[in-house]
Amino acid sequence: MERLNVSLCGINLDNPVIPASGTFGYGYEFAELYDINILGTLSFKGTTKGPRFGNPTPRIAECTSGMINSVGLQNPGVDKVISEELPKLKKCFDKKVMANVSGFSIDDYVYTCERLDDIDEIGWLEVNISCPNVHGGGMSFGTDPKAAASVTKAVKSAVKKPVIIKLTPNVTDIVSIAKACEDEGADGLSLINTMMGMRINLKTKKPVIANKMGGFSGPAIFPVALRMVYQVYEAVNIPIIGMGGIASAEDVVEMMLAGATACEIGAMNLVDPMICKKIIEDLPEVMDKYGIKNLESIIGGAHNG
Amino acid sequence: MKQSVYEVLSNEKIAKDVFKMILIGDTDAITAPGQFINIKIDGYFLRRPISVCDWDDKSITIIYKVVGAGTSVMSKMAKGDTLDILVGLGNGYNTSKSGADPLLVGGGVGVPPLYGLCKRLVAEGKKPTVVLGFNSADDVFYEDEFKALGADVYVATADGSYGEKGFVISVISRLDYSFFYTCGPEPMFRAMAKVMKTDGQYSFEERMGCGFGACMGCSCKTLTGNKRICREGPVMESGEIIWND
Repeated sequence: MERLNVSLCGINLDNPVIPASGTFGYGYEFAELYDINILGTLSFKGTTKGPRFGNPTPRIAECTSGMINSVGLQNPGVDKVISEELPKLKKCFDKKVMANVSGFSIDDYVYTCERLDDIDEIGWLEVNISCPNVHGGGMSFGTDPKAAASVTKAVKSAVKKPVIIKLTPNVTDIVSIAKACEDEGADGLSLINTMMGMRINLKTKKPVIANKMGGFSGPAIFPVALRMVYQVYEAVNIPIIGMGGIASAEDVVEMMLAGATACEIGAMNLVDPMICKKIIEDLPEVMDKYGIKNLESIIGGAHNG
Repeated sequence: MKQSVYEVLSNEKIAKDVFKMILIGDTDAITAPGQFINIKIDGYFLRRPISVCDWDDKSITIIYKVVGAGTSVMSKMAKGDTLDILVGLGNGYNTSKSGADPLLVGGGVGVPPLYGLCKRLVAEGKKPTVVLGFNSADDVFYEDEFKALGADVYVATADGSYGEKGFVISVISRLDYSFFYTCGPEPMFRAMAKVMKTDGQYSFEERMGCGFGACMGCSCKTLTGNKRICREGPVMESGEIIWND
């Protein structure tokens, strides 16, 4: 199936399909349903320096063609991720995995990335400067080009593995932030994280989510994500992982035409846990239908002419 | 956990806004009473988690209340319709802890998973006593079904329109039991937590994203660490629950 191959920051992927961080745990829940080695790779649950319980519940609200979450980076902390979660993941996944990292200060990001940089099975560090569900960190690094540049620079100087910066759509100009990251040596960009949203319960007349607002994801945001990938592709020369509402092989092809080298699948994993397998299996037929010989050749194809 | 397509065998109203649906399909993934299934409903993004009331090698019985648009769609389904469902979710109740005379306490739509539990306890030679609480006579269901299993059954209604007037607590206070199992609204749990004479297991409810442990949408803190209600729960031991007031 070499026609599905793509190269992401110098590492070959059998296909561009990557479950997105926070929607796939550490992989082993999904390994009950299918052999997850068919995936390009997977981005594991966002990891921070120390353990975090996250936000109060309810953390989830349903929307038309999507959902809002306000989990707040619940994770056992980098030590336990390394000592407990990654060994379990290793039993069901042989490929290089993508480590997703969050922090509340530049030192946090650097500490966690350095720890994960030493782990063989990790191929890439996906640095999340775009979590909308935590205060005093997370997204605040992703909404200002200078702050985004500082995180990128600090992490890049501390690690050897490729650094992919995950960007938020909750900004006026995502292109300027993307360029700031590229200028400081980012090896790639992931976009988009969730869009800030909220729902109100008509019975209680109060916000559905305990934290009031959260990150909106799912098929409803696909056109916004696609537009942002298209804009960023025009402005940078580093690979982009496109994500935001991808639900089918057709969406993957469309996102790659906009400029994505690979695609992350997020919210859809939560409602259709077989979605990544389905997309990988559907890709050859969809490529045949649209006269695509190999996926690598279509990256950014919509920009030509 | 397994994902498959199930066919509706029947779907009937058994109390006010409460429906009983029998689904035909693969039940291999169900390992304990108190587990739940997560149902995909056309037109709605998130699945609907519903507890398993009863099951055998080819069918699953669920009892659900129409509380919103998704369950309203379910209530209009008919024999032959199909549903995409994730089955075998959550931990379920542990019957090995029951002792000889377990007490089962159900409140409203928390009653259904206790039926499958009662059936298994009886099959294991135990003598369950069942206390069911509802708001009003219109809401009462499954009293006869529990009796048919051979359990002693008490029913209380908040407005006194059926059975004993009041809450389950007043009935429970007169009973002796070796262990307890419960499912129902949290105010009922809080009242129980103050008066129960033995250890027991509580089954919790929370808004879920995925229902199988991937999204961390339904986490809670316990004395034995953070748990996902959908994965390490929904059933928790009385001794590990932190009751936040």
